[in-house]
Amino acid sequence: MHLKITNLNKSFSTKRGSIVALKDINMHVETSEFVCAVGASGSGKSTLLRMIAGLETPTSGKITVDGTEVKGPGADRGLVFQSYTLYPWMTVQKNVEFGLKLQGLPQKERWELACYYLDIVGLTQFADSLPKELSGGMKQRVAIARSLACHPKVLLMDEPFGALDVQTKERMQEYLIEIWQRIKCSILMITHDVEEAVFLAQRIYVLSARPGTIQQEFTIELPENRNYKIKREPAFYHYTDTILELLRGTNTEESATQISPSADLL
Amino acid sequence: MTTNSKLLKPTIFWQLAEEISESLKWVLMTLSIIIPLVIWLLVSSFAPIESVFLPSPLAVIQALVNLWQQGFLIQDTVTSFLRVVGGFFLGGFCAIPLGILMGAFPSIRSLTEPVIGVVRYMPAPAFIPLLVIYLGIGETSKVMLIFIGTIFFNTLMIMDAVKFIPKELIEVTYTLGGLRKQILLQVITPYIIPNILDAFRINMAAAWNLVVVAELLAADNGLGKRIVLAQKFLRTDEIFACLIVLGVIGFALDLSFRLLLRWTCKWSVNR
Repeated sequence: MHLKITNLNKSFSTKRGSIVALKDINMHVETSEFVCAVGASGSGKSTLLRMIAGLETPTSGKITVDGTEVKGPGADRGLVFQSYTLYPWMTVQKNVEFGLKLQGLPQKERWELACYYLDIVGLTQFADSLPKELSGGMKQRVAIARSLACHPKVLLMDEPFGALDVQTKERMQEYLIEIWQRIKCSILMITHDVEEAVFLAQRIYVLSARPGTIQQEFTIELPENRNYKIKREPAFYHYTDTILELLRGTNTEESATQISPSADLL
Repeated sequence: MTTNSKLLKPTIFWQLAEEISESLKWVLMTLSIIIPLVIWLLVSSFAPIESVFLPSPLAVIQALVNLWQQGFLIQDTVTSFLRVVGGFFLGGFCAIPLGILMGAFPSIRSLTEPVIGVVRYMPAPAFIPLLVIYLGIGETSKVMLIFIGTIFFNTLMIMDAVKFIPKELIEVTYTLGGLRKQILLQVITPYIIPNILDAFRINMAAAWNLVVVAELLAADNGLGKRIVLAQKFLRTDEIFACLIVLGVIGFALDLSFRLLLRWTCKWSVNR
């Protein structure tokens, strides 16, 4: 798998003229890699992910997956949203099966695959529950299982744990690391939480805001087998501090207005 | 009597948006039926009103029994009921696809919303003379009246439900490989089934009104016709009896829609 983004620009037109949301984005994700993009609000990171998913079109530039240009949404790029997006009338099992059903897989294979991925996210015993009976963290695990069941080339995650409380969020991060190590999927996740990014990712793109540009790329050289204890290591501090300083330098309101006179529109 | 003393405590009775106990709820709900009945009984027995104008509850029950024994009650009720069901479900089954298409595609919405917006403000009873000219006073004109009187409201309510589907639910389906047709049939439609049932429940009241209006004006049978006949002979007890039957059937229909919702859409109850 090779996700490549070249010279990507995105601008929106408003009543007061056009606003540049993303400027000159170049990035890539390789097979089995876990990559995070961190940025404050206004850095256009959600827009970036939505364009990779094919839900929005770039103003200019190119997104390719294995050499094929992204023209619209497809099952090769799974997307996990921050908001809960389970189908409320389906059981957990049916939710995980749904993508496979859309693609016309026979019932038995669907069932087996869904069972496998429910096991991976540790929710086998909730297969017959309705989404409204699950906690927020569980809902997101089902959403992850549903995306993974379609065998996407890359899993895109849009602040999937943003709506969760701190304790649940921490547990979910560990789950995600575990899942990733087990099935070695390629993941591109965006977040505003620097600590989360350093904990999860092998590589981090730091986005500055207004307009969103890639400010710096970091390779995180922490052991792959991570658990929450790593957050107390000096190396971990070093990464979070550096990135936070970087974000602080560019994301204050004053500097934002200096960079772009139309910043108040964003 | 303990519930009664509790009932008098303003702190419990006037709790803002706070649930009351199950027993108190049932007591109050029973009272809501019993108090009007008692007032009616008292007024008809003691007030100086002629029984021709206000029959007593007993006289109305007697009239009900008579109508039942003569076979009119069941015959008229079934006639009116079938007209409602025919017109309403004909309208309903047109409203579902139309409402979904209008909600899902802004293009279709722009094409149809203005005309529906105008037509729905034309009172359906005003169509009766036209319908009689076109279709006579048979069943077709009554079914058509109910069709006209309910389809637009059902359509617009279904359209609104579709508009309120979270966008992410549709987008996530695209990223699972879903096609537009699959999203319409397998995501949008099941999501709004509770809203469809609710729209039907609310608009059923309009259908039930319209059938009586149509029968009052031009019909050979039905509960509305029975009321007109009773008026000719000053049989207010029969008019009262028919009104009560209309109310009870309407209430029963409402209740059955609620139960249907609870049984078929467990996922949406107490969302």
